[in-house]
Amino acid sequence: MNTAIKLEKVSKAYEIGQIGSGTLSRDIERWVVTKVLGKEDPFLKLGERNVRDKKGESSIVWSLRDIDLEIKQGDRLGIIGKNGAGKSTLLKLLSRVTSITSGEIKIRGKVASLLEVGTGFHRDLTGRENVYLNGAILGMRKKEIDRKLDEIVSFSGVERYIDTPVKRYSSGMYVRLAFAVAAHLDSDILIVDEVLAVGDLEFQHKCLNKMEDVATQGRTVLFVSHNMASVKELCTTGIVLKDGMIDYSGDVVGAIQHYTSEALDLDLGAASSGVHGWVRICGMNGQREIKVLNTESFEVLADLSLEDNIERIDIQCIMENAEGAQVVHNRDSGLDRLSAGIHRVSAEIPEMYLRPGVYTLYFKLIAETEEGSFVRHLSDRLIVDVSDDTAIFSGKVSATILPPVEWNVDSNFYEFSTQGDRGVDLR
Amino acid sequence: MTDKSTIIGQEEWSFTIRPKHGWFDVDIVELWQYRDLLYMFVKRDFVSFYKQTVLGPLWFFIQPLFTTIVFTFVFGNLAGLSTDGLPQPLFYLAGITAWNYFSDCIIKTSTVFKDNATLFGKVFFPRMIMPLSIVTSNLVRFGVQMILFLGMMGYFAAVGATFHITSSILLLPLLILLMALLGLGLGLTITAMTTRYRDLSFLVTFGVQLLMYVTTVIYPLSAAPEKYRWLIELNPMTGIIEAFRYAFLGKGDFDIWSLGYSSLATVVILAFGVLIFNKAEKNFVDTV
Repeated sequence: MNTAIKLEKVSKAYEIGQIGSGTLSRDIERWVVTKVLGKEDPFLKLGERNVRDKKGESSIVWSLRDIDLEIKQGDRLGIIGKNGAGKSTLLKLLSRVTSITSGEIKIRGKVASLLEVGTGFHRDLTGRENVYLNGAILGMRKKEIDRKLDEIVSFSGVERYIDTPVKRYSSGMYVRLAFAVAAHLDSDILIVDEVLAVGDLEFQHKCLNKMEDVATQGRTVLFVSHNMASVKELCTTGIVLKDGMIDYSGDVVGAIQHYTSEALDLDLGAASSGVHGWVRICGMNGQREIKVLNTESFEVLADLSLEDNIERIDIQCIMENAEGAQVVHNRDSGLDRLSAGIHRVSAEIPEMYLRPGVYTLYFKLIAETEEGSFVRHLSDRLIVDVSDDTAIFSGKVSATILPPVEWNVDSNFYEFSTQGDRGVDLR
Repeated sequence: MTDKSTIIGQEEWSFTIRPKHGWFDVDIVELWQYRDLLYMFVKRDFVSFYKQTVLGPLWFFIQPLFTTIVFTFVFGNLAGLSTDGLPQPLFYLAGITAWNYFSDCIIKTSTVFKDNATLFGKVFFPRMIMPLSIVTSNLVRFGVQMILFLGMMGYFAAVGATFHITSSILLLPLLILLMALLGLGLGLTITAMTTRYRDLSFLVTFGVQLLMYVTTVIYPLSAAPEKYRWLIELNPMTGIIEAFRYAFLGKGDFDIWSLGYSSLATVVILAFGVLIFNKAEKNFVDTV
């Protein structure tokens, strides 16, 4: 398999803070040092690691530092990390929106990047005119758009308004049309930032499907999202970025696990008002990802370590689908009064006849200490891969849950009632 | 695309992104690939202009017409400046038509980075497409204003005014090209510099206005005071406007040397503009 993208020691430095009175004199100093004396740029030397929540000394920050990465053709790479970890910067470098400070990126094939939907849409132009404009901005030729116009319009589902100026569109229609254009780009590499957060559920699902289509055609996909379930559903490999460096690189489950357990540390650090401890969620055999049929029940375990006695604890179990919507919520844990120490909590989730797909499951804890202070905490996420057992979801079904319902026909029901109060009217 | 990648070997890449580029790298091939985008931008400018205004394309006529009336009144009648023996409205309109195109090119390209900050921050395409599209859409506007000018020429010919078209009218394509490129070169320089030094943008409109007074728009070069003549001749636009007026009206200090000087100045300014624009373009997304 060929390499599609290769990054060698790629770094990106940003200058933060004001650009003001110091600029001109600093520009001159910089120019003298680098061009006349031929030395390394003095301002880059000062750079420091990009840690968002700590105040730094330098006004130069390395948003990305020495990234080495190789992405194979046909890979679907999920890029995850906290805000400010460098995800968007990486995508911007790859899509050539901004230049790199040092290092080298080699790319094989045509790149289409979607950092935002509807870039360059003009309010006064009609939907059709905007399809052409936006397509051209994204690098399509006019005749290519001519050829795909019908497909784009029908994918967007706004046929009726295609000759209306987009300023009259609802924001959802706007996004639909914009994504439709981007989805029809012919490219070898597709770069997508978190753009699916907009639009309704049905459309988000359509987008995810389209991106999977793209991937199954052997094209390379790079995807940034905070929604772990959609990352899991779409991607095969994953990297976790932290403070501008690659913290983890490997398969997608490992990446998600790495990231969510990192996020967990942060959560408990914040919840220091009385309770100390940790929660670890896993499947029956300690796995981070479980595969279940939608007709069977499954058990989820959590290890709960408490350093203080708990007066009252409320554990809720929440399951989200790939679009980030909560589909299952259970709030009755039946737990009460836990003493300090480690507890293993298990929850038996009944068969739910869920739509097959990837879900994430997590616990939400609300605990009250003996002193009466409250602590809230979200556990990390368990990936639940639900598959269809007996083709319940075959055919055209758009619902999320298809529970078995017992039907009954009572042909005698009205016989009794007609003989009762309304019999005379009928005759 | 996929079969192409099987043909190319392991070490061949479609492109490489490196931090430092050469001083003067305009990727002509890439620009050509994006030619449809240029067309789309031009079309966008027109359609949105039409849709936003009640009078639509009439505005193209109104502005030069009123400027001519004001100039005729103020400079022609009140100040009594010479027009080389040409009918005053015709003299002024010739200058205004050519000057408008040049000044529109500068003013509109000088805000390319500022106006397109979000677009440039989200999607890649050769940045040069944007200023090129501006110069092209202004060309259409210039064409419309030329119709007005030709109409006025027809009117004055009918009432028996003395002027004549000369064979240098064949130079018109060159004159238009020079105005476009000179405006583009200056606009690129200004927009590149405003990404770091914002203050410059305040200077543009007013600077261009002042520049008009050292160009032979409201007076012929022959009427310029001897003391300042060198300053006016130093301005590359002077040679172009004089040639333009000479081509259509047969009056003006047109000679091949001053046009040669204008061409040389245009090439130098354009080269500098492209260079500094390319440099600014690479990091502009981070500084704006």
